Amino acid sequence: MSGPLLDIRGLTIGIPNRAGPPLEIVRDLSFDIMPGEVFGLVGESGSGKSASALALMGLNRRPLTTLRGQALYGGQDLLAMPRRSMRKLRGNRISMIFQEPMTALNPLARIGRQIAEMFVLHRGLSWSEARPRAVEALAAVQVPNPEDRARAYPHQLSGGLRQRVMIAMAMACRPDLLIADEPTTALDVTVQAEVLRLIRELCEREGTAVLLISHDLGVIAQMCQRVGVMANGRLLELRDARALFTDPRHPYTRGLLAALPRLGSRATEGRHRLADLDMTIDRNAPDFAATHLIPRGEPA
Amino acid sequence: MSAAPDPAGAPILKVEDLHVRFPVSGGLLGRKRTLHAVSGVDLSVQPGQCLSLVGESGCGKSTTALAIMGLQPPSSGAITVEGRPVYGPGAPDRRARARLAQIVFQDPFSTLNPRETVGRALSQPLMLHGVRSRAERAERVATALRQVGLLPEHAARYPHEFSGGQRQRIGIARALILGPRLIVLDEPVSALDVSIRAQIINLLMDLQQNLGLSYLMISHDLGVVEHVSDRVAVMFAGQIVEEGGWREVFTAPAHPYTRRLIETIPNPARLTGGASEILPPAPEPPSGSIFWPPVDRRPDISQPPEPSALVSIGEDHRARVRPV
Repeated sequence: MSGPLLDIRGLTIGIPNRAGPPLEIVRDLSFDIMPGEVFGLVGESGSGKSASALALMGLNRRPLTTLRGQALYGGQDLLAMPRRSMRKLRGNRISMIFQEPMTALNPLARIGRQIAEMFVLHRGLSWSEARPRAVEALAAVQVPNPEDRARAYPHQLSGGLRQRVMIAMAMACRPDLLIADEPTTALDVTVQAEVLRLIRELCEREGTAVLLISHDLGVIAQMCQRVGVMANGRLLELRDARALFTDPRHPYTRGLLAALPRLGSRATEGRHRLADLDMTIDRNAPDFAATHLIPRGEPA
Repeated sequence: MSAAPDPAGAPILKVEDLHVRFPVSGGLLGRKRTLHAVSGVDLSVQPGQCLSLVGESGCGKSTTALAIMGLQPPSSGAITVEGRPVYGPGAPDRRARARLAQIVFQDPFSTLNPRETVGRALSQPLMLHGVRSRAERAERVATALRQVGLLPEHAARYPHEFSGGQRQRIGIARALILGPRLIVLDEPVSALDVSIRAQIINLLMDLQQNLGLSYLMISHDLGVVEHVSDRVAVMFAGQIVEEGGWREVFTAPAHPYTRRLIETIPNPARLTGGASEILPPAPEPPSGSIFWPPVDRRPDISQPPEPSALVSIGEDHRARVRPV
């Protein structure tokens, strides 16, 4: 078996503080992603899941600073990489899609051109060579009439189509890793189902691994092989997805699952009060999460 | 929680054959078109009950809510709250309507004035409704804050000092302050984290029981809808396509659109082999008819919908069909 595609060790992100030690908003985050795997990070707002993903891509803005840690990708540490090399990797070997495609797309450029740019920048194609490739990329994400749509501007597309365009751009260079940060949170459920299926099919076909970040336990359950649960900047539990949802170990995870009104539960459990997850994680506790870390390969 | 609707009891909210059409100018030559946002919606909420209106963006559910609140005059149809018409001759004025029904929005922050303390936001409606005594206003504000799980001291604070969940509590307190019996909840927990969402859902259920409130909840979150509703109406392209008690709709969904909504919800139970994994087989529509409208293509709401009818397909369960 080959090694992990990405190995993150002790990632710590914080805000430097002149008067004292920095405020650490993500502390000692360690996990790895295997080639072709769909790995989920789940947590509530402020848990540090998005900041961690942005740190991997070198995209966090000040005052957020990566304080410690490594993210090994093909023998290189992404966190210590010069900006130029990072730019070559980003969008090429590691790409990213966000919750709101409208803010990620250039409103003034036709979408065909925005996709073609990927091939020009990363594959060295000329614009005229890149254009048909952009149309192919649109067809690959099942955008109807890709020839016509390539000439459209982002505002002329629905939210679901815009997210497909983002996926087309992200997958254009057949990356090793796709980081998807709440990719369907802004979409209707039936559109969400289509977009999730598309991400899964494309990544399976291309052998692309996915780091899926979501607050939605249902989306995580449906998509991921392994899941890390984050709260307050700490990784609490790292498990096989089925094991996590059938037998959550950390009290926080158990609380999170009990707080969820699960479709289909009322017929068997009645209309109960939902569990009140009234706990926070002490982010300065010494390594408490380690006691709940389960080594990979654990039988589900 | 509540018993079966008392057929003799007068509904607190009744919507009959509601149509809302919007004129839009579009096309090359500025052709006038009409969007049929809501096309013949009937709803009824019994006292103490929660009816949920479910559907995706653009199905007309929020337009229906606004019409009920008196904020979107209907093109035709009748809406009554506690037997009083919301529109037309004899309709109560805005102030009187405010005591009949209130609305809670998805994002409370955008509905609160950032430069006004919470106490002021809550006491202003009382002032407008003739509560002259400052002491009485303060007392009622304190009561409302306690009802939603906040403290009377919070009245002195500004909206930005609260978390998202607390702000939604303030939104609920403001809806309660004039003592309405009907509250329209427009996506009340969609913007909240799972743990906060659970707290707000619990609060809404407690308030419903303790104050005898009736809810019309607009939501796209079927997990929440199943959990809190007594009745459910599923809306698609401006029409109700299925309607019934929560148990009928969720355990025996009939219309293809309802089934698709339930099937596409990512549900952890599917992974763990929960009971909800497989939908029961689709029931047959009454003979000589088909479920309508079809869901494989998006209906064109720039045209009036083709004739169809909500027919009974079981006890307390109706679905939209048309003759073959």
